[in-house]
Amino acid sequence: MLTAGIDVGSTASKAVIFDGTIKGQAVIPTGWNPKEAGLRVYQEALQDAGFAEDDVSIIVGTGYGRISLPFVEKKVTEITCHAKGAKYLFPRTKTVIDIGGQDSKVISINEDGSVADFVMNDKCAAGTGRFLQVMTGVLDITLEELGQMGLDVEPAGINSMCTVFAESEIIGLLAQGVKKGAIASGIINAISRKLLSLTGRVPCNTEITFSGGVANNPAICQLLSVALGLDFNVPADPQIVGALGAAIIGCGQ
Amino acid sequence: MRPKLMKEFEALREKNVMDIKKAKMEGKRVVGMYCLYSPAEIAVAAGAIPVTLCGTRQDPITAAEKVLPRNLCPLIKSSYGFAATDTCPYFHFADLLIAETTCDGKKKMYELLAEFKPMQILQLPQKQDGVEAADYWYTEVKKLKNRLEAEFAVTITDDDLRAAINLLNDERRSLKELQDMCQLKPSPISGMDLLTVLFLRGFCSDKREAISMVDNLILELKDMVSHGLSPFTEKTPRILLAGVPVGLGSHKVIQIVEDCGGNVVCFESCGAYKAAFDQVDVEKEPLQAIAEKYLRTPCSCMSPNQGRFELVVRMIDEFKIDGVIDLTWQACHTYNVESFSLKKYIQAGKQMPFLQIETDYSESDVEQLKVRIEAFLEMIR
Repeated sequence: MLTAGIDVGSTASKAVIFDGTIKGQAVIPTGWNPKEAGLRVYQEALQDAGFAEDDVSIIVGTGYGRISLPFVEKKVTEITCHAKGAKYLFPRTKTVIDIGGQDSKVISINEDGSVADFVMNDKCAAGTGRFLQVMTGVLDITLEELGQMGLDVEPAGINSMCTVFAESEIIGLLAQGVKKGAIASGIINAISRKLLSLTGRVPCNTEITFSGGVANNPAICQLLSVALGLDFNVPADPQIVGALGAAIIGCGQ
Repeated sequence: MRPKLMKEFEALREKNVMDIKKAKMEGKRVVGMYCLYSPAEIAVAAGAIPVTLCGTRQDPITAAEKVLPRNLCPLIKSSYGFAATDTCPYFHFADLLIAETTCDGKKKMYELLAEFKPMQILQLPQKQDGVEAADYWYTEVKKLKNRLEAEFAVTITDDDLRAAINLLNDERRSLKELQDMCQLKPSPISGMDLLTVLFLRGFCSDKREAISMVDNLILELKDMVSHGLSPFTEKTPRILLAGVPVGLGSHKVIQIVEDCGGNVVCFESCGAYKAAFDQVDVEKEPLQAIAEKYLRTPCSCMSPNQGRFELVVRMIDEFKIDGVIDLTWQACHTYNVESFSLKKYIQAGKQMPFLQIETDYSESDVEQLKVRIEAFLEMIR
């Protein structure tokens, strides 16, 4: 049975074609039109897998854009999907930490891959991918550079959790002549402080799997792991975990 | 499947306003109250109509923020905003306000609110047990009685108090019976309808009429049950909504739960079960009995607040609950902090999915809330 999982997030849209193993996958930016992004990422994943639409038995949608996908037969939240996807990739996963474009979440999962408990950031962008994105804009660097610069540097103190306030704070630090590397390290520290407040609220048992776009950056993973005092499994493609989970749910697993 | 009587309750929106206007024109006094700690019996015994003025709508919040800080609980801002903009007919008609020193935000807001209307502030102790707290509160309740007597030029006798106790005990009896109908699985009425009934009947000028309306609704629900009628199935996830007060206008979480296929079976909050589960002892000296009952109210402004934990756990069993959502308004420190302890208390005894939601009256986070609530329901199913 061939299934498709489509995860239309705030920043990236992801799709996985699955039949017990991953047959194909795709990741594209969501842009302003979640419906079109969902359709396009699905087509790209099909192409990657070498299958046609008719071959797919069921399409499961997840992510914020799930409500805007008319061709999806089943809709499941990304929380349930991340749990399933992480459990498939790392069968001993007990906790998923996901940092997406506008959400960060910690999900505690049962033996069978179902959700035992979860906690998400409140409605602001503190501690999310958006926070990092805005800060890279201020520093005029890429996300990759941010991670690299932050390695082995004493972090500058950044106290604001709020994206807008932190931006002002960084502009102030730059004005004082603080080095970019120290600020980069401070930014990642700010993210880990926000995550720490989430990990205190649900049981954070090992093994922990780290998913979402931010996990694409090995330097950031390393810095977060040290700051939180936790080891993570990082999937080869951390962005597709939700779409994978959706495809697995389509299989009825 | 909705009870037919819902139409009558919905008609109360307009009828209540007409009735209170009429009562005022006939010389009746109106007493506005903000909280479950306000002993309504004393207002009734003084011949006045008690109405709840706790703000549940977003509309007046912008106006309130001209005076109050933005980072304050929406309930406090809404309550103040209605008064400042004179857009609530019940506030408009109130002759006197009763308010209590519950949380910090409220008691400081009341200082500002006192500019608009005569007000009696009852100093509430921060703990419920012990003779010191009881005596202190009894004195405050007695001062309220004296104030109402002076303000309205009436004498409140023990018999007046007893009659008021009987009336309001009967009201609580009917409200509890109504809510207890939802102990049935599936429950015969949706959480949104139940909230509509509980909220709108609170503005009725005639308590007896409101009681008989609720009693009639109970009869209709019993009839529906005997015919196997319900808006839900055996499999519908049954949610207990704990935490802050909710009303029409601040109902978004209940709406989302039920739109996503769950059923808010009961509300622990002070507009609902907390206002109905406890009675005034009719055997005791009336003013004493009133003071005792109101001080027992298990609100998060009390420390410790063991009574609330016990009430929630009892409700989980009696209402056959599948998951607890603890709703806390932004900047409501007492409920927000207590949520952690409530979760711990509940989960020490049993496996019970628990979700804390922190939000305000605005619609800005509806999509984010949907993700949490849908995921929570997926956990239960």
